[in-house]
Amino acid sequence: MSTATLSVSVPGIALVGCPNCGKTALFNALTGHHQKVANYPGVTVERKEGAFTTPQGKTVRLLDLPGTYSLRGRSPDEAVTRDVVLGRLDGEALPDALICVADATNLRLVLRLILELKAVNRPLILALNMIDIAKRQGCEIDVERLSIELGMPVIPTVAVRKGGVTSLLAEIDRLATAAGTGAAGEVTWREPTSQEIRDAHKEAERILKACAFRPGDQRLTARLDNVLLHPVWGVLILLGVLFLMFQAVFTWAAPVMDGIKAAFDLLGTQIQATMPDGLLRSLLTDGLIAGVGSVVVFLPQIMILFLFIILLEDFGYMARAAFLMDRLMGGAGLHGRAFIPLLSSFACAIPGVMAARVIENRRDRLATILVAPLMTCSARIPVYTLIISAFVPAEDVAGVVSLQGLVMFGLYATGIVSALLVAWIMKRLVWRQVAEPFLMELPAYKWPRLKNVALGLWQRAAVFLRRAGTIILAIMVVIWFLSTFPGAPAGALDPAINYSIAGMLGHWLQPLLAPIGFNWQIVVALIPGMAAREVAVGALGTVYALSATGEEVGSALQPILAAQWTLPTALSLLAWYIFAPQCASTLAVVKRETNSWRWPAFLFVYMLTLAYGAAFVTYHVATWMLG
Amino acid sequence: MSTYLRRASEAAASAETDQDLRLGRCRKGWRGSVSGLVAIEESGIPWNELERRLLEMGFVEGAAVEILHEGPIKHDPIAVRVDETTVAVRRADALAITVRAPGVN
Repeated sequence: MSTATLSVSVPGIALVGCPNCGKTALFNALTGHHQKVANYPGVTVERKEGAFTTPQGKTVRLLDLPGTYSLRGRSPDEAVTRDVVLGRLDGEALPDALICVADATNLRLVLRLILELKAVNRPLILALNMIDIAKRQGCEIDVERLSIELGMPVIPTVAVRKGGVTSLLAEIDRLATAAGTGAAGEVTWREPTSQEIRDAHKEAERILKACAFRPGDQRLTARLDNVLLHPVWGVLILLGVLFLMFQAVFTWAAPVMDGIKAAFDLLGTQIQATMPDGLLRSLLTDGLIAGVGSVVVFLPQIMILFLFIILLEDFGYMARAAFLMDRLMGGAGLHGRAFIPLLSSFACAIPGVMAARVIENRRDRLATILVAPLMTCSARIPVYTLIISAFVPAEDVAGVVSLQGLVMFGLYATGIVSALLVAWIMKRLVWRQVAEPFLMELPAYKWPRLKNVALGLWQRAAVFLRRAGTIILAIMVVIWFLSTFPGAPAGALDPAINYSIAGMLGHWLQPLLAPIGFNWQIVVALIPGMAAREVAVGALGTVYALSATGEEVGSALQPILAAQWTLPTALSLLAWYIFAPQCASTLAVVKRETNSWRWPAFLFVYMLTLAYGAAFVTYHVATWMLG
Repeated sequence: MSTYLRRASEAAASAETDQDLRLGRCRKGWRGSVSGLVAIEESGIPWNELERRLLEMGFVEGAAVEILHEGPIKHDPIAVRVDETTVAVRRADALAITVRAPGVN
């Protein structure tokens, strides 16, 4: 089958390797910008595929598989690696060859994986990655001997430079020619017993000895860990890093955001000046430009957040953070590995919920998934920013920390504490079960590579803009329609939107939300905000722009809110937004991950209850305190 | 020490010989080698699975181990150097790993 596939279609190669071996960097080096990020059908494991052309002009598809230490598939991610490698995954052809990526400084565990991979009987190439770092650390290995011992080509590579990649490409060419002659055989892999793993370790040890392997100098990592994993300094540094992250999101992004805002404003005024007054102009300026502009303006903040997450991940700090947080997370009934999904949820709950797949145990994973949406995602930033800048004075506390940043930090902290509390209640009171083991490699520290960071950031930005350009754009048009039709009757005194469908809906639902201090404009904005949290900002813009008189249209939303809302209402909306399940895509992803409607329904109900309760308390306490 | 940890260590104590220690009870700075893996009760997963996971992370008989770091709360988890790899493991799970100080046969 394989030979036939090879001759008629584009050959496919899969990258396999342990976590932290620089697999993704090699994938980036081989495919450059020609990559496609999607999901495997049915499961939500991220599928990264790219293509490249070999020196002989062959086009090759390259699949980047989730990192794993074995083919046993202990988590859904690892199961995907296993199923793709074994050709068991529907819609995924058995790869024509495998490139096993190894960190040259850390060969033992990957050698055991390679011994397991040999039972798959596909042509194998071992890419000895990060050979430059290995040499610098004084690490030694007889590459030729390793190739003889393993019975496969071994190519030293430096994923970040072209040198090693060229010889890897040449080897792929050679392999592709040879593959036509039937190099692949039957898949004979089966799950190894503990004795077989022990034997494989012995064999790996023998190979390492035969190749005169000398491990590199890890003193730099050890010295850094003495500080970064220190019980006191390590924790303080972790808190410092998180705090810096949020201050950065707030302050560094400001100039770029002002620029984007000005550009959209200019566009709006230009159209206003050149087009005749009418429905089309209203759709363009009030619906599209005002709506999408108010969402795109948050791109800089999202980019800064992802920049931090990607840098920390590439540097090797994420595993340390999980190590420091494990006991605390364990106290809340969560797994130390839950730290990474929860941290990703600061960007967006969707990747966060999806990242929970690194947790093997189902209940640990479920607990993480159910609390992930409580972490403050970037879609809340537009709402928080808008309300904070309208109601919290731009002052410094003690001359150092901005008050607005401090309020933001408080909102984040409340989200974190509630997530831990909810997890604790679920695990201790509902499930009462014993903890899943925490076993995680702490990789050597590495300097993040500019190209990989840039590529990762670009992918995130593209995803966000695609969302802003499609879902949010469509929703904006719907809201504009809802808030424009039917038009005001002749001689009406109130703003036109009062007579529209949105206005009617807002007025109907308003009594339900009146006890928490929401006016009908907020209620109208919350309805489309169900699709995506940040849409509420655009919706508020539309609602207020349309209900305002002529000269106020196009002016900033912020002073309008400051004038029209009371402080308790603003605080109540902030409290609501910490908890409210205002994101249909999160609910959809939870459904997909848990494979049942029960959990998203539970998530929706418990978050809505918390949101209403928190907003109610906030509104009434604030009203009482302000007299 | 949590009830979980105490009960697990009691259950495991009978299997311990004079020279063997439990990695889960050693402190920062301790060096030696893995002498075996022993079933512990009350792990979140079956022993057959935990044993293989520990093996896959390099905790195999003869591997050189050193405890490099301890977590900030109750000295848990521990960061263990296993040959060339550094692995984070909870003390409760590390009770399944018996170790021997250098020079002890």
